[in-house]
Amino acid sequence: MKSETKINYSWQCRRGMLELDLLLNNFVNKDVDNLTSQQTEYFDLLLSYPDQTLLDLLLGNSVASDPLIATIVQKIRSTPFD
Amino acid sequence: MSSIERKPIERRQFDTLIIGAGGGGLRASLQLAEADLSVAVVSKVFPTRSHTVAAQGGMNAALANVLDDNWHWHMFDTVKGGDYLGDQDAIEYMCRAAPKAVYELEHFGVPFSRLDNGKIYQRAFGGQSQNFGGAQAARTCAAADRTGHAILHSLYQQNIRAKTHFFDEYFAVDLLKDDSGHVLGAVVFNIQDGQIVVIEAKTTLLATGGAGQLFKTTTNALINTGDGMGMAMRAGIPLQDMEFFQFHPTGIAGRGMLITEGARGEGGYLVNGDGERLMERYAPKAKDLASRDVVSRAIYIEVKEGRGCGPKKDHVLLKLDHLGEEVIQKRLPGIRQTCITFLGIDPAESPIPVYPTAHYTMGGIPTNRFGQVVIPVKDTPEEPVQGLYAAGECACVSVHGGNRLGGNSLLDILVFGRAAAKHIIDYLKENKYHKALDEEIINRVVDKVKRFDQQGETSSTGAETVVDLRNELKQAMEDHCGVFRDKDILKQGVEKVEQLIKRMKNVKIEDQSFTFNTAKVEAFELDNLMAVALATIHSAHAREESRGAHSRVDFPERDDKSWMRHSLYSFENGLDYKPVRTKPISVESFPPKPRVY
Repeated sequence: MKSETKINYSWQCRRGMLELDLLLNNFVNKDVDNLTSQQTEYFDLLLSYPDQTLLDLLLGNSVASDPLIATIVQKIRSTPFD
Repeated sequence: MSSIERKPIERRQFDTLIIGAGGGGLRASLQLAEADLSVAVVSKVFPTRSHTVAAQGGMNAALANVLDDNWHWHMFDTVKGGDYLGDQDAIEYMCRAAPKAVYELEHFGVPFSRLDNGKIYQRAFGGQSQNFGGAQAARTCAAADRTGHAILHSLYQQNIRAKTHFFDEYFAVDLLKDDSGHVLGAVVFNIQDGQIVVIEAKTTLLATGGAGQLFKTTTNALINTGDGMGMAMRAGIPLQDMEFFQFHPTGIAGRGMLITEGARGEGGYLVNGDGERLMERYAPKAKDLASRDVVSRAIYIEVKEGRGCGPKKDHVLLKLDHLGEEVIQKRLPGIRQTCITFLGIDPAESPIPVYPTAHYTMGGIPTNRFGQVVIPVKDTPEEPVQGLYAAGECACVSVHGGNRLGGNSLLDILVFGRAAAKHIIDYLKENKYHKALDEEIINRVVDKVKRFDQQGETSSTGAETVVDLRNELKQAMEDHCGVFRDKDILKQGVEKVEQLIKRMKNVKIEDQSFTFNTAKVEAFELDNLMAVALATIHSAHAREESRGAHSRVDFPERDDKSWMRHSLYSFENGLDYKPVRTKPISVESFPPKPRVY
């Protein structure tokens, strides 16, 4: 059974691009429970970004100016796929 | 545990209900809201997260800003590109309307890329020609590499200004249709809390996008589950030309993302599990630059015959490392970044695992060029369904025929989103009042909304899970209705899909709460995919020719005498056919010719 947090996130991670679906869902399934409460707030903020901005950040084409966002981006990028 | 009681059903009334908030839905809603009609847009995700956002390439319009051009040449290319299955009246309408559609978007705030003289920049795409098959044309308008994103955001902002009513994160389950065949709205539920809402509408527009999630390997986002197509089929409406599905030969294996042809254009080549350059065998001259369907089939055959790569031998490799890091970084930076992110592989050092990936649904809900959904009634092949419209990838108008050209999908959604809205405005002048909606019709659909509430517990074989059935369906479609099609493979596929549909009746959903119950949403999505799969594989099995994206190894030629006709598949009547509309509005028809480039 998924945790309450994961259930809440699962729909927020349905995006308009396959790349985002894969990266975000992989992270939510494996690592989201390990975030601190402050990191969780920044993950929420990151999810509110437009898809194109998220894609640029998560594919490493641009770097977030806020170091806390950049840390979350790095965590998502470094979560291995099965 | 959240409450398992549903709240009382809510009822709302609007002039028009639009299901889907991509470019097609939002273009229509804007037109309607600006005409002071009350418009509801229901979207299962936040509108700017619709799949239109992923359209990077651009939008075709014969503006002649870079090279000489006109709408008639654009029309010729679209007819030819669609392998003569497209309806020429709709194609003429679209190509004529294209420049205006671009200028409208500019007016809405889309930042198109510019030439030095200030005019909109236009790039060259495959399949575009000047002078009816002559030199390359430059017809595609783009907002850098984020055209879809720019269009979607601009349209959303304009809709907010025009006071369109949005139902964000609501899932539409089924249409409300009375006994005389009028569509009177739909029943939806709020994904956040399960609240059921009956939306009564004088007109309903389906704009739910494509169904790429039918296949295991696809470029499409997870939301592309053919919801409008499934709803239409359950309302007794056939789906048209579903056997025409566009595949791209090089998707990242197991993931689906596209590796552009540019990678092979720069000198990349495919190798099999024995380390051989496989395309030398299938296309000795063009090799890795052979057409998409030839390369796709070659990859399929290598894997099928045991010459695949990796532990499961289920893909081949695209080699780029011989090009050197500098060339890759300079010419293919996006591909490099994608591979590093998703595979942990740097293509400058290691080859990329690839497999054909499903990209675009040419078929869909049959409509005329006014966006009205049309069905065969007695001897009339195209009788409008009163109150029901469809536009965009979920519809089949049919401008793409057997194969869509790059740059024509954004154009399609904008032109026909607007055309449908125009027709709706006229229709509502004549039909001012809501038709009476019988409680029994509502109850019938509400029962469907509740159909996954307790299902599956009595199955003798044990309950089925959505995840397992979905994986089996996607695998079956990939194996039996992908790039390699012959009679036996398709027949086995038909049997597999029919079996899966039977098993769908035993689906059990463990989580019966109503708070963000995504498991239940996924069950409804799978139900839609099952319906679309059935129409797709039956239509593909029956069409004994190769045309456009439908490529049969046992019938390698196009057969205009027997098959220049549209397929229709419905639950009630199975397969049916109707003629292609070969007569344009104002110009001469383009008669079928061999499609050579």
